[in-house]
Amino acid sequence: MLELPWRLEKRAAPSSVMRIAAPLIAAVAMFATGFIIFAFLGKNPLSALELFFIEPLNSLYGWGELLLKATPLALCGLGLAVGFAANVWNIGAEGQLTLGAICGGGVALFWSDHLGPLALPAILLAGIAGGAAWAAIPAVLRTRFNTSEILVSLMLVYIAQLLLAYLLHGAWRDPEGYNFPQSKAFDERLILPLLLDGQRATIAFLFMLGLAALSWFFSSRLFAGYRMLVSGQAPAAAAYAGFSEQRNVWLALMIGGGAAGLAGVCEVMGPIGRLQADISPGYGFAAIIVAFVGRLHPVGIVLAALLMSLLYLGGESVQLGLQLPAAVTGLFQGLLLFYLLAADLFVGYRLRLVPRLAAQP
Amino acid sequence: MSTEFIIAIITGTVVAATPLVYAALGELVAERAGVLNLGVEGMMLVGALAAFAVGVGSGSLLLGYLAAIGASMLLALLFAVLTLSMQTNQIATGLALTLFGVGLSAFAGRKFTGMPIEGIPSLSLPALSNLPIAGPLLFRFDAAVYGSILLYVLIDRVLNHTRVGLQLRAVGESPAIAHALGQPVMLTRYLAVLFGGGASGVAGAYLSTALTPMWVEGMSAGRGWIALALVVFATWKPLRVLLGAYLFGGVTILQLHAQGLGIRVPSEILSMLPYVATIVVLVIICRDPKTILLNRPASLGRSFHPDA
Repeated sequence: MLELPWRLEKRAAPSSVMRIAAPLIAAVAMFATGFIIFAFLGKNPLSALELFFIEPLNSLYGWGELLLKATPLALCGLGLAVGFAANVWNIGAEGQLTLGAICGGGVALFWSDHLGPLALPAILLAGIAGGAAWAAIPAVLRTRFNTSEILVSLMLVYIAQLLLAYLLHGAWRDPEGYNFPQSKAFDERLILPLLLDGQRATIAFLFMLGLAALSWFFSSRLFAGYRMLVSGQAPAAAAYAGFSEQRNVWLALMIGGGAAGLAGVCEVMGPIGRLQADISPGYGFAAIIVAFVGRLHPVGIVLAALLMSLLYLGGESVQLGLQLPAAVTGLFQGLLLFYLLAADLFVGYRLRLVPRLAAQP
Repeated sequence: MSTEFIIAIITGTVVAATPLVYAALGELVAERAGVLNLGVEGMMLVGALAAFAVGVGSGSLLLGYLAAIGASMLLALLFAVLTLSMQTNQIATGLALTLFGVGLSAFAGRKFTGMPIEGIPSLSLPALSNLPIAGPLLFRFDAAVYGSILLYVLIDRVLNHTRVGLQLRAVGESPAIAHALGQPVMLTRYLAVLFGGGASGVAGAYLSTALTPMWVEGMSAGRGWIALALVVFATWKPLRVLLGAYLFGGVTILQLHAQGLGIRVPSEILSMLPYVATIVVLVIICRDPKTILLNRPASLGRSFHPDA
């Protein structure tokens, strides 16, 4: 075997410093890779990085966009993290988000006249219920029929998007919309209020902060949250203690689905203002990365969502400024998660330099 | 229904199933060695783009397919280093691989969108290919279709009837015991993951050079995930993977021909069929926990390190 000048040594206990440092290391490694990619593409890497990460934030409007995109990312990420901590792998937040938009948007289109001042709360609740109902499908199939929630929740993403397209090509299409697959615009009274004038972020950002606080309370103060953490980290201990796996699966998927549904309905009742075919540039998938980079902790998830939001803004910025495809965002997102997974090695292990032994005569 | 129509449905089924055959057989090998790679979708997309870009650039589809295999194997190697050598969580790393592959292919593929490519040619044998019925059903497919059948035969043989296959299965069932008996657990798993990557690459290449000869962002449309479901559906047995893939190919083709058959259902609803079918077959197979417990490689998804 090849003799390396260092070796990995298992730490006596996982390093709590490294647990927090790993996402930072991953972010730095992502910046460094970005530098190389931009240089490789023949762009001045420093000015490209400035355009990507600084330029989007030099105005109030830019900061508003940051909060606007961070909101659905964090909402989905907070919900997913509850499940990931308990080894429940809901990866269909994108579909649950779509169903939230469909259900909330449906109430806004067809029933809002009868609901008066209760219309907006009803719309938001319908969104949450829609997302949760969509997540109930993998929950039932996993608990009753032992079916992988990973594959089922993912398949339901495609079905949800086709369902939305079906509605927008048919019954829900705006008759005066020149045949575009979109609904008519929602009544202005139903649109979520803005946080501040002069930018586009809505009070959905406050819902998100509220959910972050709730999720912290759930995970660290409630017995139900504790049971889920134990089930994730020590399934055998959880089984011995009699913690119900089924209850964990249901809780995880209801929370994840409901939060993603809220994200969806807040998007259509906020910046979009109507139902249309593309309501999310992959927020539900990016939220998986958000949950991991945020260490499954509410504060971390909010910070990670802000970083991921900046990646979306930077992608748009270099598309305009350097004519690079905006898909560079997805590339950076994937890199970030890879680097994080690699950096996590050092939570459990440390590098130890091995002094070279003198060659045997 | 005319004979031609039935033949068109059968041949269409085989062609639509071919990428699933490659991807699912590759994943089957990785999973039988105990490694769950959820990155199939990402590897397929990168393979599709690599085949298209090199195929257009060099004018040679063979080079395109080799590029697809190489590119997807590189991604698989990344996955293997992380999960096997660095012992990261296989589920999280597989998801990362898919997200990365989707992003990478969308980014690098932008300039290829809308370009034409000469699709993969079909077999043309004098006399045989022109036979009525037997011609189109047996002798008029492209090389990749015959290759997929060959791959199935090879994998079935090697897994079940050779020493190498036995070693691979032993590693998947109990890496600790295999290691104690002196089997190279890490090497076996590395090679199995790389093989899965290469097969996903061919699956992707088939999408962009045969099934729909063009490059479209996200063109695999969940086929990588369906391939993962197929492996479970097949209870980790190669023959059932093959049959399952044809079943899904059939569902896809029926959906395309539904209008011709006079079924008046909106196209969006018909397009849901493969995804709904995936869920339904998963439920049917997984309903009895014993089916899964008896057939799933016992160490599937778990890290193993010889020093630990």
